[in-house]
Amino acid sequence: MSTNVDTIRDFAKSEYKWGFVTEVEEERVPKGLNEDIIRLISTKKNEPEFMLQWRLRAYRHWASLERAAAEPKWANIKYGPINYQDIVYYSAPKQKTGLKNLDELDPEILRTYEKLGIPLEEQKLLAGVAVDAVFDSVSVATTFKEKLAKAGVIFCSFSEAVQKHPELVQKYLGSVVPFSDNFFAALNAAVFTDGSFVYVPKGVRCPMELSTYFRINAAATGQFERTLIVADEGAYVSYLEGCTAPIRDENQLHAAVVELVALDNAQIKYSTVQNWYPGDKDGRGGIYNFVTKRGKCLGVSSKISWTQVETGSAITWKYPSCILQGDNSVGEFYSVALTNNYQQADTGTKMIHLGKNTRSTVVSKGISAGHGQNTYRGLVKILKNASGARNYTQCDSLLIGDKCGAHTFPYIEVKNASARMEHEASTSKIGEDQIFYLRQRGLSVEEAVSMIINGFCKQVFRELPMEFAVEAQKLLSINLEGSVG
Amino acid sequence: MSILEIKNLRANVNGHEILKGINLKVNAGEVHSIMGPNGSGKSTLAQVLARRESYEVTDGQVTLNGKDLLAMKPEEAACEGLFMAFQYPVEVPGISNAYFLRAALNAVRKYGGLEELDAMDFLPFLKEKMRLLDMDERFLNRPVNEGFSGGEKKRNEIVQMAVLEPKVAILDETDSGLDIDALKIVARGVNTMRSPDRAIVLVTHYQRLLDYIVPDYVHVLVDGRIVKSGGPELALQLEEKGYGSWVEPAIA
Repeated sequence: MSTNVDTIRDFAKSEYKWGFVTEVEEERVPKGLNEDIIRLISTKKNEPEFMLQWRLRAYRHWASLERAAAEPKWANIKYGPINYQDIVYYSAPKQKTGLKNLDELDPEILRTYEKLGIPLEEQKLLAGVAVDAVFDSVSVATTFKEKLAKAGVIFCSFSEAVQKHPELVQKYLGSVVPFSDNFFAALNAAVFTDGSFVYVPKGVRCPMELSTYFRINAAATGQFERTLIVADEGAYVSYLEGCTAPIRDENQLHAAVVELVALDNAQIKYSTVQNWYPGDKDGRGGIYNFVTKRGKCLGVSSKISWTQVETGSAITWKYPSCILQGDNSVGEFYSVALTNNYQQADTGTKMIHLGKNTRSTVVSKGISAGHGQNTYRGLVKILKNASGARNYTQCDSLLIGDKCGAHTFPYIEVKNASARMEHEASTSKIGEDQIFYLRQRGLSVEEAVSMIINGFCKQVFRELPMEFAVEAQKLLSINLEGSVG
Repeated sequence: MSILEIKNLRANVNGHEILKGINLKVNAGEVHSIMGPNGSGKSTLAQVLARRESYEVTDGQVTLNGKDLLAMKPEEAACEGLFMAFQYPVEVPGISNAYFLRAALNAVRKYGGLEELDAMDFLPFLKEKMRLLDMDERFLNRPVNEGFSGGEKKRNEIVQMAVLEPKVAILDETDSGLDIDALKIVARGVNTMRSPDRAIVLVTHYQRLLDYIVPDYVHVLVDGRIVKSGGPELALQLEEKGYGSWVEPAIA
C-alpha cells in the first residue's frame, strides 16, 4: 500500500503555467478604501451621478459591515485576516482612452493575451467567439463588436455601457444582486472598475459565443469586476469567462459580481473556467476568490444555466444561483471544483423557486487532492406559491490521497407541499484498484487518473461549449499533474 | 525461447510469503492451467505477473519474451503484450467502454511504434470482437463495467483481451460466478484467441472451465509452489480426488 500512497502524493507537484507578469506602466490609486478613493474612481471613469451615489451608498453599507464583523465567517474555509486598507482598488495599464483599434493597444498587453492563448486580433480568434479582455481594473479590448452590433447585440466593457447605455445600466444594475446582499457584493459595488456588459434584444439569438477573459497582473491589487447580462424576451446568449493571474507570494483579493436577467422565454447559458493562481504547493500565495453570481429568471419559461469549472484560487467562495420568479422557468447549475495542495473551495448554488412549475437541476462534482478541502454548500428553497416545483440535486465527491477532505452542506426548505425534491450524494476515492486496472491495459498513471477524473466530471463537461470542454479537461489534468505519479 | 519463463519466484503480500519458489515455462501457442485450493497463491501469481506494486517480489526472475518482466511497470508489461483478465473487473464511471478500449489499444500501439487508430477505424474492429462474445452493441456506450452483471463483466474482460491481442493472457478465475451459458460463451471467446504466437494461462479452482478450454498443461499450485505438472488428465484426477493428497503433508 505504501507505494500507492507515494504515488498519490507525487500527484501534487504541478506548476502553474500562467504565472508570468507583464511589464506595463500602470496608473494606480493609493492603497486603501475611503469615500475619496471611490469619488476618484468614479471621476476617472467619468461616471454619471447615479453611479457615484450608488457606489457611495454601497461603500457606507460595506463600511458598517466591516466595522461590525468584516466578511462573513460561516464558510468552511480558513485564512488570515484580510487588511482591506492594504489593497489597491484601481490599477489600469496606461493607455490612450477610447482605443479605435488594436494597433493602439500596448503591445505588451496584446502579447500577454497571446501567451494565454487568447489572441485579440479577430482573424486569429476562434470563429464564433467574441472576447472582452479585462486587464486588472479595466477592459482593454472587445472583439467582434461590429458583427454583434448588426444583430443588435450590445457587448462591451461595463465602463462603456455606463457611458453609452446608462438607461439599461441604471435599470438593471443591482436588480439581482443589490449592494446590500453581502459583504463582498457591497465591496464590489463600491469599487468595481470594469467588467462586461451584454444586452441581447427581443427575439435575438446571439450569433456567437461571448466571452470575457480576466487577467490580474498588478501586485497588491484587487480585482473587482462586475458583469451584467440581460436577455430580453425570447433572446438567447451563451457567455464564457476565463481567468488567470501571475504567481505572487502574497494573496490577492478577487471579489466579482455577476448579474443575469432573463425575461420571458429568454435563455442565458453562463460558463466559467476559473484558473486563478492557486498558490504554491505549501499554500503560499494565491487568489482569494469571493464571488457573488446570481441570475434572475424574471420572465415566464425563461432559463438560466450555470456551468463552472473551478480549478484555481487559494480560496473559492462562490454560489452561482437562480431566482426562478417567472412561471415555468428553469435553473441549472453544473459544477466541477478541484482543490489540490492547500486550496480550499466552499462552493455550490442556491435555487430559489418563486414561480409555479419551476424546475431546477444541480450537479456538483468536487475533487480533492493533496491537502485540498472541498465543500459543497447548496440551498434549494421552494416558496409558498411555487406549486409544482421540482428540484434534482446530485453531489459527488472524489478524493485523491488521504490528506484531503470533502464536505457537503445541502439545505432544503420547502413551503409548498406539491414540490418534488430529489437529492443524491456520493463520496468515492480514486483507488489503487482502478488505477491498476487501467495501467494493466497499457495506460500510464497520469492517463489513468485523467481518465477517471474525466469520467467523474462528464455530466458537467458535456454542458460546456465544445472548445471549453476540451480546455477544461486539459486544465484538470495539468492542475493534478504529479498528484499521482 | 519461452514466451514466459518464471524461475524461483518468491513474493510477499503484507509481509507474508505467499509464493515460495515458482518455476514455470510457457511457450507460444500453449494453454496452461494453474489449479489449486483457496489461498495457494494462484491470484497472487497472476497479480505479480501483471506487476501489481503492492505485491513484493523477494527473489527469482521472470522474463516476458526474453525481457525482464519484474523490472517493468504494469503499463509497460501491458504494452509488451501481457494481459490479465481480472477476477474482479473494476468500474470506471463516466467513461464508455468504446472510449476506454480505444485509449488502451492506442497506448499499446503507440508503444509498439504503430499508428493510433481513430474512432472510425476502431469501431468496426471492436464490434466484431463484441459479436464474438455475444455482447450487445449497447455495451459500447455504457461506462466501463458500471452496472454490468458479474457475467457481463467477465465477458467484457475477454472482449478487451480480443481487442488488445496480447502475447500472454492470464485469466484470473474468469470462470468464477459464471452460469453454464456464460461459461460457454467465454470459453468460445478464449478458444478463438488460441494461436501459435500466443500463450494463455488459465488460473482456476475448478475443472469445469477445462471441459470447454482444453489446456495443453495443467499445474497444481499448493502453498506457493507448483507440486505437480501434467497434461489435461491431471485436471480430471484433481476433480476426482481433490487437492487433499498435496495439502495434507503441508499441514502435517
